[in-house]
Amino acid sequence: MEHSPPPFFKTGPTPLARLLIFSALSFMLLAADARFGYLAPLRQFVSIVVYPFQRIAAAPADILRRIGEFFVTHSSLREENARLLQEMLANSASLLQLKALQAENRHLRELLAARSRITPEARPAEVLYAARDPFSRKVIIDQGARNEVKAGQAVADARGVVGQVTRVYPWLAEVTLLTDKGHAVPVQNLRSGLRGVLFGVGHDGTLELRFMPLSADVQPGDQLVTSGIDGTYPPGLPVAEVTTVERDAALMFARIHARPLSGVASHTHVLVLSWQRDVPELPAEPAPQPKRRKGKKG
Amino acid sequence: MALRPPQSHEILRPARPGFIALTLAAALFANLLPWTGAALLIKPDFLAVILLYWCVREPRKIGFAVAWLLGLTMDIGNATLFGQHALAYTLLAYAGVTLHRRVERFTIAQQTLQVVPMLLLVQVATLLVRMAAGADFPGLLYFSGSLTGAALWPLLSTLLPLPQRPKASPDQPAI
Repeated sequence: MEHSPPPFFKTGPTPLARLLIFSALSFMLLAADARFGYLAPLRQFVSIVVYPFQRIAAAPADILRRIGEFFVTHSSLREENARLLQEMLANSASLLQLKALQAENRHLRELLAARSRITPEARPAEVLYAARDPFSRKVIIDQGARNEVKAGQAVADARGVVGQVTRVYPWLAEVTLLTDKGHAVPVQNLRSGLRGVLFGVGHDGTLELRFMPLSADVQPGDQLVTSGIDGTYPPGLPVAEVTTVERDAALMFARIHARPLSGVASHTHVLVLSWQRDVPELPAEPAPQPKRRKGKKG
Repeated sequence: MALRPPQSHEILRPARPGFIALTLAAALFANLLPWTGAALLIKPDFLAVILLYWCVREPRKIGFAVAWLLGLTMDIGNATLFGQHALAYTLLAYAGVTLHRRVERFTIAQQTLQVVPMLLLVQVATLLVRMAAGADFPGLLYFSGSLTGAALWPLLSTLLPLPQRPKASPDQPAI
């Protein structure tokens, strides 16, 4: 101990050594998160620490919005009320028909012994804020594992699909929007019944229907709805409307762009849909051939 | 108390850890505000600027460990890849700690110019990590965050040393 330098000169490892240590730690985290996804528990723990910050930080915008809502003028409220009443009347007729059609559909499906369609359960949630990351399109909603939100659930608003829950924290959940670059939705063309996969391209307001042959029956104005074959999105939800179709003979596939129907960038309230796809039971193990058994035993 | 940046001959008291923690928490809070759209691209990384300030002014108190942990909190709050901000802030802390003697010798305006490349380092590190993970280049406007961050430097250099000013002694006329 007598030979060690006095504490005045003790400065620990050099900055370069510290840089290397902490960079190595960061790279390990990056690799563990990006490649292997080992860090879910750590994320959960740190999220609990950051949660109060997130809630407090989201509060000012929330308060501003509420103040704005409070000062709505009488006339605009009346206008909105009248419009909503009109919409309701217009919808109620088709809704009545829908009930009858649903009953008829169920009856027909029973007759055909087909699996009945399941209506997804919807849980309302509020968008707290958009993730502050210029590289991705994500929003944080105020429902989490405490409210039985699970990763993989579809999220929609009143007009159509918004995205998908990708990460769940105890009180919050992270929703990847349709427009995120790494996001894909299996869709079906409502007019022609053609199936395809709709990809986000990374900026608001545009989606791309990729890998459709040049001769595919897609026209501008076509409605795309979820096909439900992925087991994530319930079938039949409106997703997007085709805006442009370019058929260039030099390319293998048609270049098809679509516009999301839901207010992907603007919504404040969304619905988290829980939908259990009733996969048919696995077929029973084929009965082993009795002859061989007998032969082995005998 | 005159509101002006401290002169180079002025000897400041060491910053209290509580004050440093308060400023860092405020910066984290500012970063967690719901920024969207163009404001998100242009806004400075407040936490990086404040962190750099303390790395330069108090390199014995604020260094790599704090930077790394704050980076992790940013990664959670922003729902980004784990370790992305941690790596960027570690590089920033390295730049701040090794260059703090040089930066402090300059005037505030010259310091601001020194700060720009350090903040760019943070953004370039983040960009490289994200592009390696498969993200798109978000456009040149992305780098404007460093410039707005550096623009905060004169303000910080004026406000943050105020609590560290020595109290004027009664037998000495105020400057």
